[in-house]
Amino acid sequence: MPLLRRLFILALIAASLAQPAMAQDDPFAGLAGDSFDDIRHGIETLATSGAPQAAAVIAALQEGNLYAGPDAALFIKTDDGWLDARSGKPATEVAEDALNPVKMNNGVRRAAEAAMGSLELYSPDAATRRHAAEAVLKSRDPAALEGLTRALAKESDAGVRRIMEQARASALLATPATPEAERLAAVATLRARGDLDARAMLASLTAQPPAVAEAAATAVIAIDRMLQLWGLAQGVFYGLSLGSVLLLAAAGLAITFGVMGVINMAHGEMVMLGAYTTFVVQDVIKSHAPYLFEASLFIAVPLAFLVAGAVGIAVERCMLRFLYGRPLETLLATWGLSLAMQQTVRSIFGASNREVSTPQWMSGATQWGGITITYNRLVIIVFAAMVVAALMAALRYTALGLRMRAVTQNRRMAAAMGIRTPWVDALTFGLGSGVAGMAGVALSQIDNVSPNLGQGYIIDSFMVVVFGGVGNLWGTVVSALTLGTVNKFLEPLAGAVLGKITVLVLLILFIQRKPRGMFPIKGRAVES
Amino acid sequence: MSRISTTLCLLLILGGAGLLAAGNATGAVPPYAVSLVGKYLCYAMLALAVDLVWGFAGILSLGHAAFFALGGYAMGMYLMRQIGTRGVYGNAVLPDFMVFLNWKELPWYWHGFDNPLFAILIALAVPGLLAFVFGWFAFRSRVSGVYLSIITQALTYALLLAFFRNDMGFGGNNGLTDFKDIFGFSLQSDGVRRGLLLASAGFLALQLVVARYVVTSRFGKVLIAVRDTESRTRFLGYRPERYKLFVFVLSAVMAGIGGALYVPQVGIINPSEFAPANSIEAVIWVAVGGRGTLVGAILGALLVNAGKTYFTGALPELWLFALGALFILVTLLLPKGILGLFARRAARPAPPVVEPAK
Repeated sequence: MPLLRRLFILALIAASLAQPAMAQDDPFAGLAGDSFDDIRHGIETLATSGAPQAAAVIAALQEGNLYAGPDAALFIKTDDGWLDARSGKPATEVAEDALNPVKMNNGVRRAAEAAMGSLELYSPDAATRRHAAEAVLKSRDPAALEGLTRALAKESDAGVRRIMEQARASALLATPATPEAERLAAVATLRARGDLDARAMLASLTAQPPAVAEAAATAVIAIDRMLQLWGLAQGVFYGLSLGSVLLLAAAGLAITFGVMGVINMAHGEMVMLGAYTTFVVQDVIKSHAPYLFEASLFIAVPLAFLVAGAVGIAVERCMLRFLYGRPLETLLATWGLSLAMQQTVRSIFGASNREVSTPQWMSGATQWGGITITYNRLVIIVFAAMVVAALMAALRYTALGLRMRAVTQNRRMAAAMGIRTPWVDALTFGLGSGVAGMAGVALSQIDNVSPNLGQGYIIDSFMVVVFGGVGNLWGTVVSALTLGTVNKFLEPLAGAVLGKITVLVLLILFIQRKPRGMFPIKGRAVES
Repeated sequence: MSRISTTLCLLLILGGAGLLAAGNATGAVPPYAVSLVGKYLCYAMLALAVDLVWGFAGILSLGHAAFFALGGYAMGMYLMRQIGTRGVYGNAVLPDFMVFLNWKELPWYWHGFDNPLFAILIALAVPGLLAFVFGWFAFRSRVSGVYLSIITQALTYALLLAFFRNDMGFGGNNGLTDFKDIFGFSLQSDGVRRGLLLASAGFLALQLVVARYVVTSRFGKVLIAVRDTESRTRFLGYRPERYKLFVFVLSAVMAGIGGALYVPQVGIINPSEFAPANSIEAVIWVAVGGRGTLVGAILGALLVNAGKTYFTGALPELWLFALGALFILVTLLLPKGILGLFARRAARPAPPVVEPAK
C-alpha cells in the first residue's frame, strides 16, 4: 500500500514536471496533463487535430490502456508490450515504474466518446459516418463542430450529409459564440428533422437570444403536430395490418357463413390446417430442397388452399348436407368437428407450438417518414387484398361463381335450370374453407402455430362477418378494416384487453341497432 | 309421459342424493364422490337453464355459462371474505390477492359480501340483471337465431377477457380459491359436503318444478308459439320479446344459482368458466338428453359429465374426440336426444320443432 501511494505521488510530481514541456503544436500533450480538465481538453484537441494516431490513442484511453510518463511521454499498453502513442511504433525502452494510466472520470469518458464519434465522421463506411453523426447530434458537443464542418466538406452521401448538417446545427446551438442568424438557421434545420430527438433538443435549449428561443418554441409546436400526424399514420398502418389479418380470417367465413348460411364453427380449424400445411411444406423443403426455402410460402399457399378445400368438401358431403335448414344444429355439429380436428392435429403434431420460419424477403422493416413498416405486415396486407380480389373475381366472373350466386339466391330455380345444387354447395363450402387455409399460411407468419390457432380467430371472424352484413364481401372488407383500426386506436387509450372488450361491447350494441350489419342485403330472401 | 318422467326425475334426484349422503355418513361412499355428484347437479341446473331458453323459446344462448360463472363469483366473494385472517397474509379485510397486488382497501363492489344473505342475493341478481339488460336490447331489436347466438358468445368472451384482468379486482387469472368456511362450517368437513349435495339436489328439483310449471302454463304455450313461428305469434297480438325476456332472465337466475352452489363444492372459481367452449358444452348436454324436455337436459348433463370424468381420467387424449363425435352424432342421428328415443318407442308423435327457415 505505501509503495503504491509513493508511486502515485511520484507520478503526480512527474506529471506536474511534464506540464511546462507541453508544446503548443503537440496535439497529444494534453493527454499527459494531470488534471481532468487538461485531459478532457487534450482529447478534444487531439480529436480535431487530424493526427493519424488519434483514434487508436483515444480508444486505448477508453479501455484504460493509455499510460503517461515524464516529459509528456505517452504509451499504449498492449499484450505484446508497449507502443509509443504518438507514432504507433513499438517502444523499446520504457520505464514502467514512472508510468501511470491516464486518469478517467465521467467528464473524460464523455469527451472520449464524443471524440471517437467525431473521428468516425471520416470513416470510409457511410453507415459508420451516419452513426457517428447521429452520436454527435445526440451529444450536442460544441467541440465536435470543427470536425463536423470538415467532414461535411468531404461528405458525398446525401443522407449522411443531412444528418451531419443536423448534428452541426445542434452543436452550433450549444456553442456560446454562434451568431443569432446561424442559430436561427440551426433551429430551422432541426425543425426540418422533426423527430423526437429534434424535439427534445429544441425544447431543452437554454440561454438563447429571444428570437431564437421563440423560433425554437414554434418549432417544438410544429414538430409536436407533425409527430401527432405521424403517430396517427402509424396507427392507421397498425390498424390496417390488424384489419387485414381479420379480413383474411373472415374472408372464408364470408363465403361459408355469409353466402351459404352455414354456421361453421370449425372455420378456425381450417385456418389452422393452412398454418400446419405451411409447417409441413417448410419441413419437407428444409430436409429435401433447402434452396427452395425462400419460395416456401408460394408453394404453401396453393397447397393450403387444396388441403383445406378438400377437407371442406369432405365435411360438406359427409355432414353438413344433412343439416341444411337447421342452423343451430349446424353450429353444434361443426363445433364438435372443430374439437375433433384440434385433437387430431394435436395427436399428429403434438400440443406444442410448431416453428414456422419467415423467409428472408419478408423479415425486416423500413422507415417511411415517421412510420415503421415491417415487411411481414406489409406482405399480409397485400396478400389479404389479393385474396379478397381473387375471391370477388371468382364469384363474379367464373362459371362456378355464377352458379354459386344462383344457388344462394334461389335454390329451386337454380335446380330447375339444371344446376347440380348439391355439387355447387360442396364446391362453395370447399372454396370458403380453401380461402381459410390460405389465411392460415399468412397467419402462420405472425401467430403461434398450435392446435389452438383457429380458436383465437373464430369469434373475431364471426364478428367481422356479422358487422359487415351477411352475404356481402365488400361489407366484410369494410368491417374488418374498421374493426382493426378501431381496435388499434383504442389500445393506447384503454390497454389491449380493455380495448378489445370495448370493441366487443360496441359490436354487441351495434348489432342491437342494426341486426343485419352495416351493409345488409335487402329483399325477401333474407327474411328469416 | 312428461309428467311421469318429471316425477321420476324428481324422485331420482332427491332419492339419489339422499342415498349418497346417507352412504357417505355411514362410510360407504367416499367424500370425493359426494362433491363430484354435487358438481354434476350444478351442471344440471345450467343445462336446465339452457333448455328453458333453447328448447322452449328458441334462443340458442352460447353464453349461458357466463351467468353460471357470475353466480359463482358472487358466492366466491363471500367465501373469500370468510377466510378472514387465515389467509397467507393474514389480512382480516383484504383477500390475499389484493394484498399481493398492494391494494390498500376493499373496492366498493366487495363491500357487503361478508354477509351470506347479501352474497346469495347478488348471485341471483347479477346474472338476472345482466340477462335483463342484454335481453331487453337484443329481443327488442329482434336479434334472433344465429345472430343472437353469436352475440351471446361475444358477451361471455368479453367477460372472460375482463375477468382475466387483475385490475378488475376478482383475482385475475387465478380467480378466487383457498376457501375455508361456509356459514361458519368448514368446507372440508363431510357434513358440509353432504349438506351442499343435498342443497344442490333440492335446488335442482325446485328448478325443475318451476321450469315445468312455466312451460306447461299458458305462458309456456305462447313461448312455444314464439319458438316455432315468432312473426305469426306477433301478428296474433302477443309481444314475443316480453315472453323471451322473462324466460331469459329466469334462466339466467337459475344458472346463477347453479354457479353459486358449484363454487363451494369445487373450491375454486376462475375466469376460464367464462370460456365460450363451456357454454357450448352446456348446449350439447341439452342436445344429448333431448332438447325441450327439461328432464332430458338434466339427464344429458349427468351422462356427459360422468363420461367426461371417466374419459379424461382413463383416456385423456380421446376425450376431445369423444366429445366432438358426440356433438356430430347427436345432431345428425339423435336430433331429439336420448329422450327422443323413448318418445318414438311410445309412438307418440312429438310436436314438430320447426326452425325458422334460413
